[in-house]
Amino acid sequence: MTDSARIARFLPVVILCAIGIAAAGLPFLHVAPNRLLSGVPQNPDSIALVVAWLLVAVAGCSRFRWLATACTAAMVITLPWLAGHDATQLLEGASSTTRIQTGAGFWTMWLAALLLLLDRVRGLRIAWQAGIWAGVAFVLVLGGMAGAFDNVAVMREYHAQRGAFLDALQTHLVLSLITLALALALGLPLGVWAWRAKRAGGMLLGVFSFFQTVPSLALFALLIGPFAWLARQWPALASLGFGGTGAAPAVFALVLYALLPVLRYTVTGLDAAPVDAREAARGLGMSRWQLLTRVQVPLGLPVLLAGLRIVAVQTVGLAAVASLIGAGGLGRFVFLGIGQGATDMVLLGTLAIIALALAMDLLFQGLHALAESRS
Amino acid sequence: MIVFEGVGKHFADRTVIDALDLRVEDGEFFVLVGPSGSGKSTLLRMVNRLVTPDSGRVLVDGDDIAMMDVEQLRRGIGYAIQSVGLFPHRTVAENIATVPRLLGWSKQGIASRVGELLHLLKLDEPGIGDRYPRTLSGGQQQRVGVARALAARPRIVLMDEPFGALDPLTRESLQASLRTIQRETATTILFVTHDMDEAFGLGDRVGLMLDGHLVQVGTPLQLIREPADDRVREFVGGSRAHLRALAIRPVRERLRHGETAEGEAVDIAASLQEALGAMLAQGRDRLPVTEGGHVVGSIALVDLVDGKR
Repeated sequence: MTDSARIARFLPVVILCAIGIAAAGLPFLHVAPNRLLSGVPQNPDSIALVVAWLLVAVAGCSRFRWLATACTAAMVITLPWLAGHDATQLLEGASSTTRIQTGAGFWTMWLAALLLLLDRVRGLRIAWQAGIWAGVAFVLVLGGMAGAFDNVAVMREYHAQRGAFLDALQTHLVLSLITLALALALGLPLGVWAWRAKRAGGMLLGVFSFFQTVPSLALFALLIGPFAWLARQWPALASLGFGGTGAAPAVFALVLYALLPVLRYTVTGLDAAPVDAREAARGLGMSRWQLLTRVQVPLGLPVLLAGLRIVAVQTVGLAAVASLIGAGGLGRFVFLGIGQGATDMVLLGTLAIIALALAMDLLFQGLHALAESRS
Repeated sequence: MIVFEGVGKHFADRTVIDALDLRVEDGEFFVLVGPSGSGKSTLLRMVNRLVTPDSGRVLVDGDDIAMMDVEQLRRGIGYAIQSVGLFPHRTVAENIATVPRLLGWSKQGIASRVGELLHLLKLDEPGIGDRYPRTLSGGQQQRVGVARALAARPRIVLMDEPFGALDPLTRESLQASLRTIQRETATTILFVTHDMDEAFGLGDRVGLMLDGHLVQVGTPLQLIREPADDRVREFVGGSRAHLRALAIRPVRERLRHGETAEGEAVDIAASLQEALGAMLAQGRDRLPVTEGGHVVGSIALVDLVDGKR
């Protein structure tokens, strides 16, 4: 290995471990008298953390790739466990309203550890990558179910609002999936049409590009009027839960945002089949439909799935804003939390949205890898 | 049989093909030759309706193709192009099976036909049928392209500069394969090229196209000996045309029966050009000629020069 390649390989390790060590100077936990007040910084084991980061750095720079990966994964798991453990100790003898919140030190270190793990597994085969991430997630979930993090404020918040939270999670997921299904059902045929009728297709893309520039909050607000009017005109619709606020205008707006990327990636996907292969297919007597299903779809599927991955992540994020017009979902936790000044509640909603987006991302990444390997 | 009746094609205000008549006979290897932009590809693509003529009509076996179902028509006509256009997500065998599949042949029927074609086109490497096109060399890819065009045993095959992008050795080997297959199956082939040597080497008849007109149609020797005008003479190669004639004609035509000579023998089926090359290489003006390994006569340098003998 040349010097520059060695530096390129170890640079992320050095930088991220340096960040981890520096973060030992930031508050790892905050002790707050209740869920609304801000707390006092606590740093119970900064020396142990510095030592741990040094070990990770040494392992990361060693020749043993698996050792480096294992140490990093251990760090990703240990940090939340340590926070839970410290929280339990800090709560001993404290009043029942006391909350132990994770601080900047914890979050910086955890982010650094996650990024380092991402960097370490990057060169591995996709199955290994998925396996390592699933393993880490599994251990964390298992720990959570065993109560290892129960005394951290976010988990307290979760336990206090469990029913509402699971409802919101379900609503969020359903909103996102319906949006994706509708965007595909509309976007794929429109995309095929836009690809065939190049000029008209360009105009269509222009229209949806324009919608993309409307801020989501404004679009949700603008839809209240027309949807309320529709519900008044056709009471049957209203009885189905259709109105100015709620799920209907939310899904409408989300689909509007999702259509542009679906259209664009459909068009790009249809172009993925080489021109000469399309010419040969036509010359050999394939109909348009056969050309589409036998040549263009198989060759364009990886492109489309790469696009859907972006659409899915974008939709999960935007669906959070939809809670402002009463569509429910995890956004409710974020906005209610902001309103009440309850950071733990905001954090709970945000973490769940991030986890959902990551899960979508991984799902489509897996599908993409599958399609890629087959074409 | 393919008949063009007064076909014309205009793109914008440019005339690509101007009221052209041509008749390609059954089982004939007909080569359209001409410079780029002369309209030869456009003419070829009219036969499978990838291009629609603005005037006139094209008949295949007596039927006006404009009246036929376009997919049906195309499935009955083989088609190979310079860029090959293999389907990258399909194996070699699946690529070859494209048209038989469209026609709904049985699995066994398709499998045995694919095996036959792999052999016919010298794609004999074991397991090649399961490989993907990107793992093949350019020559192998074009062999697969030709196999795909021949797969459903079409009576007519259209080939648009299929060997244009190959190196000379690969190209010669493919030309030989194609000529053999065409003779054995009596397929009608309409072949487009800009390479005069290729045209004269392959074609039973050659049509020279310039600016959308067929300026001369005839056998290779007719074009060389009796060029219709100066443009044909120039395109055929002026004095070099006679060297081309040597490449077309076999040693058999100038054989001196019963005579013998010193030196390394040439085969009776070799071209006069090859005989000349052998004479130059050996520094002799006379060489023995063999047929099936036995000396049957000789050929002399003077025989190549004197066309009357």
